[in-house]
Amino acid sequence: MAKRIDLKDVDIYYGAFHAVQNVNLTVIPRSVTAFIGPSGCGKSTVLRTLNRMHEEIAGARVEGEILLDGENIYDRGTDAVAVRRTIGMVFQMPNPFPTMSVRDNVVAGLKLQGVRDKKKLDEVAEASLRGANLWKEVKDRLDKPGGGLSGGQQQRLCIARAIAVQPDVLLMDEPCSALDPISTLAIEDLIADLKKQYTIVIVTHNMQQAARVSDQTGFFNLEATGKPGHLVEIDDTEKIFSNPTEQATEDYISGRFG
Amino acid sequence: MSERIEQRAPGSEGEEDQIVPSPSPVPEPPERKARSSRRGESVFRFLASGSGVLVVAAVALIGLFLLIQAVPSLMANNANFFTSPEFSTGDENNLSFGIRDLFLVTVFSSVFALVLAMPVALGVALFLTNYAPRQLSRPFAYVVDLLAAVPSIIYGLWGILVLAPAIEPIARWLNTDLGWIFLFRTGNLPVLSGTIFTGGVVLAVMILPIITAVSREVFAQTPRFQIEAAKALGATRWEVIRMATLPYGRSGYIAGSMLGLGRALGETIAVLIVIRASTSPMTFSLFDGGYTFASLIASAASEFSQPLPTGAYISAGLVLFVLTFVVNALARVIAGGKVNG
Repeated sequence: MAKRIDLKDVDIYYGAFHAVQNVNLTVIPRSVTAFIGPSGCGKSTVLRTLNRMHEEIAGARVEGEILLDGENIYDRGTDAVAVRRTIGMVFQMPNPFPTMSVRDNVVAGLKLQGVRDKKKLDEVAEASLRGANLWKEVKDRLDKPGGGLSGGQQQRLCIARAIAVQPDVLLMDEPCSALDPISTLAIEDLIADLKKQYTIVIVTHNMQQAARVSDQTGFFNLEATGKPGHLVEIDDTEKIFSNPTEQATEDYISGRFG
Repeated sequence: MSERIEQRAPGSEGEEDQIVPSPSPVPEPPERKARSSRRGESVFRFLASGSGVLVVAAVALIGLFLLIQAVPSLMANNANFFTSPEFSTGDENNLSFGIRDLFLVTVFSSVFALVLAMPVALGVALFLTNYAPRQLSRPFAYVVDLLAAVPSIIYGLWGILVLAPAIEPIARWLNTDLGWIFLFRTGNLPVLSGTIFTGGVVLAVMILPIITAVSREVFAQTPRFQIEAAKALGATRWEVIRMATLPYGRSGYIAGSMLGLGRALGETIAVLIVIRASTSPMTFSLFDGGYTFASLIASAASEFSQPLPTGAYISAGLVLFVLTFVVNALARVIAGGKVNG
C-alpha cells in the first residue's frame, strides 16, 4: 500500500515557462515529507505533478522520471485518471461535493472505482470517518449535505474521502491554510496518525507546521521572479531546522527572507 | 419622491464629510466636488428607481388593461369559459367562447417542444463547456445564439415548407406503429403534417438557444475547486460532469428550460403558419391541429372592431399572460436568483 516515490531529474514547464528545475528527491513510505519555501518557488507545482493534477493547466509538461515504487507514472501507457485513483489529494480549500451527503462524499472515490455493495460502502465510510477523526461529530448526520459542515470538519471530510480508497500516497496542498488554529491542530494530529499507514507529502507555508508534522523537509527556492524554482536541499526535518547544509535554508527558516 | 431625496441630502452631509476628509490647505475644491457628486447621486437615484417603478407599473397596467377589457365579454359569454372547446364570436349578441382547446394546444405544443429541446440543449451546453476545444467553443456558441436571432416568420416558413414534409414519414411511422399510445393516435386533422407535432419541432429549434445559453453560462461557472475534487479522485471527464458540473448547474438548467417554455407558450407567428386549424375539438393527440392562445389572437387581429368580440380574445390573452407569468415565476424560484436571462 504505502509506496515510495522517487523524482529523478524532474523539470516542469508551463508552455515556454520553466517553472521548476532539476528536482531529485525520494519520499519514504509511512513518513511525512514536507515541502517549504517562499511563494512561487514551485513546491505546489511539484506536489501536483505527483498525481498529474498539474496537467489540468494547458501547456503543462514534465521531463524526467517520477517513479511510484519503481514505476514511472508518466509512462506512455499510463493514464492520468488511473494514477489519481491511487494517489489521494487534499486541497488548500476544503472542497467536499456540496450537494452530496456526508456519506456519499466519503465513498465518492470508491463509487468511481465501481464499488456498488451498499454494506461495503457503509463500512468504508465509517472506517474512513473514524480514521479522519470525524466519525463522532457526523455519525448522526451522514445523510445531510457535506456542504453543511464547518470548515475544519469539511477538510477532515476531504481527508476521509481521500483515504477511503486506501491510496498509495496522500498529497496535501497547504491543507490548514484556510482553517482556524483548533481545526489546524486536529488536522496535524490526524497527519501524525495517518503516517502509520500512508506515505504523506505536505506543502505548507507554515514552517512551525513543517517542523511539527514532518519527518523530512525539502526547501524550495527561486533565484528571482521569472526564474525556475529548484530544490535547495532535502533532509531530516530535525537537521533542516537546526543545522541545515545550505546558507539559503538557514536564512529562510530563521526568517531573514520569504 | 423627489421631496424625500431633497430631505435626505442635507442629512447625509455630515457623514460624507467624515468619509472624505478634505486636506486643510485646499478646502475649497473637494467640498464643491462633494456637493456636485451628491447632486449626481440623487439624480441618478431618481432615474434608476424611476425606471424600476416604470417597468413594474407597465406590467401591472397591462394586466389591468386585459382584465378591464375582458370582463364585459366574459359576462356576456354563453359558454363555459374554461371547458368549452369552441370559440365563436361572430354574433355579438350570442358570444360563445371557451379556452379548453387553446389551452391544450398551447401546452401540448410547448411541452413537446421542451421535451425535444431540453436534452439537446444539455448536450450542446456540456459540449461547449467541457468537450469542445477552446478555439471551436466560442464560434460554435455564436452559431447557437444566432438561432435566436432568426425572425420567427422565417421559422414559420421553413417549418411548413421544409420541415413539415421532411418529418412527415416520422410522424407516419409513429402513428402507424405507436398509435396505441394516445399521443400518437390519429388526431382531428386529415393529414399528418402541420400538426402540433410539427409545430413542437419548430418551437424546439426556436427555444434551443435560450436553454443552451443559460445552461452554458451556469456550467461554465462550476467552481474550479469542485472540478479538482472530482479529478483528484480519478474521475473521467464524464464523471467530473456528473459529480461537479451537473449538481452545480442543475437549477440553472431547469430555470433556462422554464424560460424556454415561456417563449414557446407565447410564440405566435411561426405557430400560426405551421399548425393547421381544425374544425373539431382537440383529442389529446400530437397529431391534432388547432390554435394556441397566441395564434388565435393573431389570426383574428384584423377583425377587432366590436368591443365585445374583441374582449373575448383579450380574455384568452389574459390567460396566456397569467400562464407565462406562472412559468417565469417558477423559473425564478428554481434558479434561486441565479439567472438573469
